[in-house]
Amino acid sequence: MATRSYTSRRELEQHTFPPAVTVLVPLAAILLQALLPRPFPRLAILDLPLIVTIFFAVSRRNPVAGTLTGASIGLLQDALTNTPIGVNGMAKSVIGYIAASIGIQIDVENLTTRIFINFGFFLLNSFLIFLINRRLLAHADFHILWLHELLRAVINTVVALPIFFLLDNARRRE
Amino acid sequence: MLSASTPPPPRPRRLADNYFKGMESFFTRFKNVLVLVAILLAQTIGLAVQVRRPVDPSAPDGSSVTLIRYWAVSAVTPFERFFHGFGYNLRHGWSNYIDLRHTRQQNYDLQQEIARLRLEQAALSEDAIQGHRLQALLNFQQHYVASTVAAQVIGSSGSDLSRVLYIDKGAKDGLMPDQGVITPDGIIGKLRDVFPRTAQVLLINDQTSGAGVVLATTRLRAILRGSTTGQILINNLTPDSRIKPGEQVLTSGGDQVYPRGLPVGTIESIKPDPDHQPYTLIQLRPAANLNQLEEVLVITGTQPALPPATQHDLAVGVATSEAQAAAAKQLADQQAAEAAAKSAAQIVADRLPGLHDPDHPEADTTNPATPGAPARVPKPLPTIHPDHFTSGATPPAADLKPGAPSSSDPVTIRNPTPSATQPSTTPQPPPAKPNQPQPTNPQP
Repeated sequence: MATRSYTSRRELEQHTFPPAVTVLVPLAAILLQALLPRPFPRLAILDLPLIVTIFFAVSRRNPVAGTLTGASIGLLQDALTNTPIGVNGMAKSVIGYIAASIGIQIDVENLTTRIFINFGFFLLNSFLIFLINRRLLAHADFHILWLHELLRAVINTVVALPIFFLLDNARRRE
Repeated sequence: MLSASTPPPPRPRRLADNYFKGMESFFTRFKNVLVLVAILLAQTIGLAVQVRRPVDPSAPDGSSVTLIRYWAVSAVTPFERFFHGFGYNLRHGWSNYIDLRHTRQQNYDLQQEIARLRLEQAALSEDAIQGHRLQALLNFQQHYVASTVAAQVIGSSGSDLSRVLYIDKGAKDGLMPDQGVITPDGIIGKLRDVFPRTAQVLLINDQTSGAGVVLATTRLRAILRGSTTGQILINNLTPDSRIKPGEQVLTSGGDQVYPRGLPVGTIESIKPDPDHQPYTLIQLRPAANLNQLEEVLVITGTQPALPPATQHDLAVGVATSEAQAAAAKQLADQQAAEAAAKSAAQIVADRLPGLHDPDHPEADTTNPATPGAPARVPKPLPTIHPDHFTSGATPPAADLKPGAPSSSDPVTIRNPTPSATQPSTTPQPPPAKPNQPQPTNPQP
């Protein structure tokens, strides 16, 4: 009788996505991020590329893939701004790595887990961007309103939950 | 069983194999971390190269960075153009064909506004022309907007830490980096990157933005900067009591990007700058709404003289002003002549006596009542049946002596007859007294 054994939990719950989804969803997130603030200036507080980065990282549960996904999304996001290319790239690389590492250890399908990881990663992203601008780029006048960043984390967490549920349907059925 | 002739395996190869196996296990064990470190290191090196490169105003990025930005922009802007065009046609299809309910009223209101602005222009034209004459005398160089290109805003950077916009015009439309971008309300920024069919506009409230400004009232020159929170600030002025909230701020023209005199904003608050003592931190409210921009103008050319259209408008304004002044002078002269004529007539009327009918004082033409003269007291009508109480019936005092014989004559009342030719200005003689008891002197 053939027996199956699973050597690690990662082999159980690793998800893959079609190539079209892997390419188009981040592009769509960046495009929406560029379009929405024009008619609705308040929506500039959203960070859809980061939401997509976190989702793909925790779904794939592969730190290398999470790092590369974060780096590519961040660099593309930097290319549309006037900041040096690499600020968002570095921040999202770190977040992609940490999100994937956490995804290996804990169950990220739970709603409560998703709330906490989204909220935490948005605060971490603000802190990393602050650190990069202040220490690496030596912008002494770079200030962040931490209350505004807290509000940004809350709003993006609320927006991330339905996006996560929507993207869950894009997983490959195995 | 090893024989004495079997040579032992060479030790260096075992060491090398062990070494490579160890390295392989190291890379395998720490693959994830090593990939992260490598990616971070590559991006850090990229950042360092970008930061160390000397900034060229015409090319803020290196060629490789510009290429990366060009790829990213090329991937995104076609979708932005599509969505922008779709929304634009939808909105204007509604407003241009269906929602025309208030067009006539709007047209009337706009015509009224134009008429008011023409009068206002007339009042300012002479001062403007005089100012230009004085500048010419002083050999003062000033640049005026000569040509502009209208563009639509199609997208943004997507980040509130980077305040840039994308417009649908590029190098093929004659745009170049560092050209100013304005709206009728005021300046909004300048071109940073120009691609073939699109361009990136750096807004004035971006943290890397700056402009030369002058305060409209105090004429103090300053440098305007953006901030990470999206505010526009002036932080290079020392405390000055003349600077007050509400003061207008204009472009100074010193940065060679914006022509002089364009509106920038209004001072909102003034407070000490904690980061740059002893300078003050002046926060401005921008003249243009930077959060909702749809159409902008890119200044593609400037010239030292006023554009022909502006010169024509100034000339029309001066002509209108002169015509108004002539009309006002003519009206003033006419009023002065009327006042002089009235005063001469009044003098003549005061000197000549005039006739008047007491029953019809308004019909009296010989002595017409002048406006402002006190009203005449009407003369009482003569009594028909006089009695003891009739006015003028009291005998004179000379007739009231004690012991004077009382008159037995019946009382004869003389009715005063009004004179037909002379006004009875003098009091009439009293009529004959009636029979009154005389006081008797007691006989000693």
